[in-house]
Amino acid sequence: MRIHLPNSAWLGNIDPFLRRFDPRDQKSLRITANKKWISVHPMILAMIASLGQVVPRGNIACEPLEARSKHYFERMRLFKFLGIDSGIEMTEHEPAGRFVPLTQIKNSSSLTSFITEMIPLLHLTPAHAEPIRYIVSELVRNVIEHAESMHGAFVAAQYYAKSNSIRIGISDSGIGIRRTINRSYNAPDDLSAIRLALMPGVTGTTRREGGTEQNAGAGLFFIKSIAAVNSDFFAIYSGTGFYKLLKQRARRRHVLHADPFDDRHSAGNDFPSWPGTAVGIDMKLDENETFSALLDHVRETYARAVRERRRTRFKKPIFV
Amino acid sequence: MTVAVRPLAGAFAENKDLARDIRLQKILPALERGEIVTVDFADVTGATQSFIHALVSDLFRKYGNDVLDRILFKNCNETVQKVITIVSEYMQESA
Repeated sequence: MRIHLPNSAWLGNIDPFLRRFDPRDQKSLRITANKKWISVHPMILAMIASLGQVVPRGNIACEPLEARSKHYFERMRLFKFLGIDSGIEMTEHEPAGRFVPLTQIKNSSSLTSFITEMIPLLHLTPAHAEPIRYIVSELVRNVIEHAESMHGAFVAAQYYAKSNSIRIGISDSGIGIRRTINRSYNAPDDLSAIRLALMPGVTGTTRREGGTEQNAGAGLFFIKSIAAVNSDFFAIYSGTGFYKLLKQRARRRHVLHADPFDDRHSAGNDFPSWPGTAVGIDMKLDENETFSALLDHVRETYARAVRERRRTRFKKPIFV
Repeated sequence: MTVAVRPLAGAFAENKDLARDIRLQKILPALERGEIVTVDFADVTGATQSFIHALVSDLFRKYGNDVLDRILFKNCNETVQKVITIVSEYMQESA
């Protein structure tokens, strides 16, 4: 496999980075990079870290980074998880910044500890911490429960002062969304599976309305809704499918849709096949709705979606 | 009977495994005995939909919507109240 760290790859312009990923030959991984400056979303760090777990150690090669921003990747622990000595020396007493370095989470109790430790690292106020811990908990728990990856989830997050926003990336090298959803549904391709996974009340564990006692099928819908209401980016990539929630127009951002294709978005089903699932989300801190107000919007859409789905299954009277 | 969530699930109630344990080990036996159960969220600052679903959804399946007459939610902050409301409405819509 080959992956290239570009000059710039954020959720808004991540598509060319994904298109350039070469998934052939899964026994080796070669990483190349822009020579001048590399500036990428935490989702990309999480993706590369999880990718590195499925390749035999010793078969991962990363060309020596020359970019001036190379220290960032060492500080975010990317090379540690790839088992590579980067040769990059960190300056002592470098300011810590507001970031959560790459962290591998394999089980439920580690997730609980991670969430507790994550918030102080990002220096968040309680109001800002609320949606962020919610998002991380639901996304990582999805990996632990459904991805069937012995390597668990990789998570990274970073605060960006210029945009006053938190960007979060989570990735796994598991079975992917399509195989998970198709335990109960019949998604013909990866993008269709992503679409189903984002709908409220759809879970791979059952087709029954209300879900099972442990799964409601609402986690991804809630997270997409948080991004939509705040007019932030949200991206999800699994297999050849890629869905990106675009920034919603100011007047329409409170209108939540059960079907993610009804939101302002871009999507494709012809991306290089990603072995697992990767998710990225941005969250602006200066103009977001309170978490409580956001739940009001979610509540309305969530219940309506169930009603509408039940209605489609109603039998119609036959008039002769 | 009162079940305090904070000592069992922490300040941010997100661990579904713990929610299931609370349901199976505390709430269900009390309901089986015919008791009214008070779930106390004192000092719980937040809860995920997944946690609340794992805590109560199966109770709707076992006892129907009337379970809401037998289980009370105490000391819930605004967001915890809303998450409980969302899950309760969802389970009733799904019945």
